[in-house]
Amino acid sequence: MTPASGRFNPGDRVTVKFEDRPGHLRTPWYVRGKHGWIERVYGDFLNPELLAFGKDGLPKKTLYLVGFDYDEVFGTGQGPKDKVLVDIYDHWLEPLA
Amino acid sequence: MARGHHDIGGLPGAGAIEAADHPLSDWEILADAINQALGARGVKRTDEMRRAREEMDSAAYRDMNYYERWVASMEAILIEKNILTKDEIDQKLAEFESKWGEP
Amino acid sequence: MSDDHGHDHPKHELSYYAKRIYAMRDLLIEKGVISEKDIQCQIEYQEARTPANGARLVAKAWVDPAFKARFIADPKAACQEIGIDATAINEFVVLENTPQVRHMVVCTLCSCYPRPILGRPPDWYKSFNYRQRSVSDPRGVMREFGLELPDEVEVRVHDSTADIRYIVMPMRPAGTEGWSEDDLAKLVTRDSMIGVMDALPSLPE
Repeated sequence: MTPASGRFNPGDRVTVKFEDRPGHLRTPWYVRGKHGWIERVYGDFLNPELLAFGKDGLPKKTLYLVGFDYDEVFGTGQGPKDKVLVDIYDHWLEPLA
Repeated sequence: MARGHHDIGGLPGAGAIEAADHPLSDWEILADAINQALGARGVKRTDEMRRAREEMDSAAYRDMNYYERWVASMEAILIEKNILTKDEIDQKLAEFESKWGEP
Repeated sequence: MSDDHGHDHPKHELSYYAKRIYAMRDLLIEKGVISEKDIQCQIEYQEARTPANGARLVAKAWVDPAFKARFIADPKAACQEIGIDATAINEFVVLENTPQVRHMVVCTLCSCYPRPILGRPPDWYKSFNYRQRSVSDPRGVMREFGLELPDEVEVRVHDSTADIRYIVMPMRPAGTEGWSEDDLAKLVTRDSMIGVMDALPSLPE
């Protein structure tokens, strides 16, 4: 995969921004505002928020696999080790101290 | 704003998964193939199709079946790109209807 | 598959949108946006993609550790190696199940699926019920498919929201030592590669 230009590395703790705006948003509602970590860096990809409106998708955005504990997202109810993993673009993430 | 009608992960109230598959009808296979062909020709992008489905009327999104949503979103994007007009499609349908009306 | 999908004519009893796709087809061809041949090629392309592709990959990975390593490290190259065309996938990721970890794949926002490998997704994968429940109740979904997991197993649900396409590599069932790749592939169901169930424990009747 191509080298990534984004801000994060595997293991970094992140918060997903809670954004609610018009447009084609590929960050599911259920993880917005939630805390997780960078599981894997996938590289730079055309930005679907722009492609969806007939634009060229540039500049590219780094895409990450972001991990979340099940309990952080949905509360209890599944196994104690269960995780939800979502592909999320750099501009949706904030560093978490 | 609120979460979009397509953004349903984790919403409560969903029932059991129905594992049975229906065999695709000819029109569904055709819709699938035209969608892919338009993509292969660079006429539209998948992201545009998704956006069109997100912009649909929410009740229609829920009520349509899968390939009906595909057809509706293809029509919306082809009209948006000035490749087809709604009138042309309606007129073509009227031609079909008149053929069916023949004895 | 009959060969008249491109040229058949709409029938009276079709629904509103079903009729419209025939009208759109005729207009798109008249205007030269796409051709009849384009449509036929896409139908043939899609008919050629079936879960048997994924089953071959998994069965080979079960019997050949070096291939398994390549399949995980570079799935598209591994596909090419055994003659499966994965070029239409942007990035392809293999999720390996183990006794400690089970993976399950969903697309909650639409219906992203590794179509170039496995073909069109099943109805249930595209259903609202699966899209809603898979992330919040993965164990309940697996239970409906006959897989009951103890608490100490880690369930990892992947929501494929972007350009990455995921395929689950189920575990090789016990007692299949010495089996041929062809027989092993029969244990690898479509649903086991989505991750809602394990591979079959024995050959289907």
